Amino acid sequence: MNDKTKFMLKKVAFYAFIFTVVAWILIPIIVSALYAFSTKQDYYDPHKIIPTHFTTEWVKTILFTLGAWDGIKNSVIVAVLTIVISFVLGIPAGYAIARYAFKGKDTIKLSIVALRMFPIPVMAIPLVVLYIKLNLIDTLLGVALAHTAMALPFVILITSSIFAGVDKELEEAAMVFGLTRFGAFKSITLPLALPGLAAAAMFTFVMSWNEVFVASILTLKNRTLPAQILSIVAGAAGGAAPAYYKFAAAFIMILPAMLFIFFARRYLVTMWGITLR
Amino acid sequence: MVEVRLENLTKKFGDFTAVNKLNLTIKDGEFLVLLGPSGCGKTTTLRMIAGLEEPTEGKIYFGDRDVTYLPPKDRNISMVFQSYAVWPHMTVYDNIAFPLRIKKFSKQEIDKKVRWAAELLQIESLLDRYPAQLSGGQRQRVAVARAIVVEPDVLLMDEPLSNLDAKLRVAMRAEIKKLQQRLKVTTIYVTHDQVEAMTMGDRIAVMNQGKLLQVGPPTEVYLNPKSVFVATFIGAPEMNILEVSVRENYLEGRGFKIELPHDIMDLLKDYMGKDVLFGIRPEHMIIEGIGEMAHMKRTTKVKGRVDFVEALGTDTIVHVVLGDELIKVKLPGHIPLEVGKEVNVVMDVERIHVFDKSTEEVII
Repeated sequence: MNDKTKFMLKKVAFYAFIFTVVAWILIPIIVSALYAFSTKQDYYDPHKIIPTHFTTEWVKTILFTLGAWDGIKNSVIVAVLTIVISFVLGIPAGYAIARYAFKGKDTIKLSIVALRMFPIPVMAIPLVVLYIKLNLIDTLLGVALAHTAMALPFVILITSSIFAGVDKELEEAAMVFGLTRFGAFKSITLPLALPGLAAAAMFTFVMSWNEVFVASILTLKNRTLPAQILSIVAGAAGGAAPAYYKFAAAFIMILPAMLFIFFARRYLVTMWGITLR
Repeated sequence: MVEVRLENLTKKFGDFTAVNKLNLTIKDGEFLVLLGPSGCGKTTTLRMIAGLEEPTEGKIYFGDRDVTYLPPKDRNISMVFQSYAVWPHMTVYDNIAFPLRIKKFSKQEIDKKVRWAAELLQIESLLDRYPAQLSGGQRQRVAVARAIVVEPDVLLMDEPLSNLDAKLRVAMRAEIKKLQQRLKVTTIYVTHDQVEAMTMGDRIAVMNQGKLLQVGPPTEVYLNPKSVFVATFIGAPEMNILEVSVRENYLEGRGFKIELPHDIMDLLKDYMGKDVLFGIRPEHMIIEGIGEMAHMKRTTKVKGRVDFVEALGTDTIVHVVLGDELIKVKLPGHIPLEVGKEVNVVMDVERIHVFDKSTEEVII
């Protein structure tokens, strides 16, 4: 085998790998989208793989009859609350880690990451007990607080790397030229960190949007979308829903996340503080 | 425009003392250069004057005003940072106008002042651009314009030229110096580049390991260094330092003798028989038969052998072996010299230095 064939083989292997990865991600999405809108006949026709007759009935039923639309609204509220709370707490922490040298900084950083080592059920079950006592059970705020606990470590680490990427001297220059430290943060660091912070917000949004376990346990009537969908397709009314409902549900779940990733894409590189300008 | 006085200024980071009991007065309108190797505490000193670091001990006065614990914004200072610290999300105009807007000047006044500063630094055509569209040298100009537009009491500069290429650096050196002379603002300039210090400073303050070693006008620091550190840090190539013993009429090195007049040997009589450090700058020697010696009032000759010749075009640096030691002699012009040739090195006796071996402080 000469060098040229070796090179070609390597290239083929490389593209085959890329193709596999892309197919692995895209095929389920395409299949869900197709079957979500397939008619019952087409779906059950053994001679058809790709349906040719379409209907919006399943998506509509899930959205408006089975409560997924309320779930979407709840999910948005929970996600926004999660972003707000985790940013209010996470930004100062991230800033402190990025800018100040203090005793036990590494320990604190490590314990922030270590928090995420606990399996979510370990956190969720005691939360139910606590929430019942605090009257937070079955409230959106309660779910948002639980999601904050899950998102906060990432928000702190991500924001600290974003702030570390903003040159300290830019902030000091603002202080020399007449601002307080807080003023310098507000008018220099924050605008420069904004793309990164936006990406962190989207990351938090998607995490909260997808979270099903805690949301299912902590709510009953006020369910977020994933929790609501789980109870729909798992068949709260006894027996699982037909498969095309499941595909429709999957499609409803995927779409908003896809849109978010689409907009977040160009910021994702900056999220880890690699580039800022 | 104000006098800056540092009293016993000390900064400790944990166990490390970055600045150790610094006492220094910078006169009204003076251009003072803080010179030293990296980690000597010069930048920390500047940051304390700026208010970006809090001193562990000591006081900072601007005139009669104690500013030691004032936040930077209340000190009426300006600073040019090493990275320029030009804000990337603002246009050049907004960068320069920013300090004025905070100080609540009217729109017309701001415009007038921004254009004045931009004109001084020849960046009028760049006002609408963003920093990312500028070269390093242009960003530097923006940083300087922003620093002078507020007409500060004290202008601080932290190695502002170190990120520029060599040619631009030389040009900016002269430009900043001229600008300072024109504005007469008290300026403290931090650098590790001794050429910058020599060419720009009214006075140079040499620091090492957190301590102030010597303050004085450039020529004084150059001609009368108080310690081996200052002697070797200033000047290029650096001063030759040779270990010698003091004898009756001469200094004895390893394999060579330096004969000196009586009046000079008298100054060394306390060191009779002891080891000292002998120092002479490469430019204060010539090789016999080559180079001008008319300006030397008194000379002494030492035998040596040419080891290596560095031709720099304008100068020639000749490495000469004296016994077991090697010294460098700097001669003007292009001098063709054969390696291995026996020569006499002629030293200018008025320009020699002798330092105590243990304290490394100057004796003569």
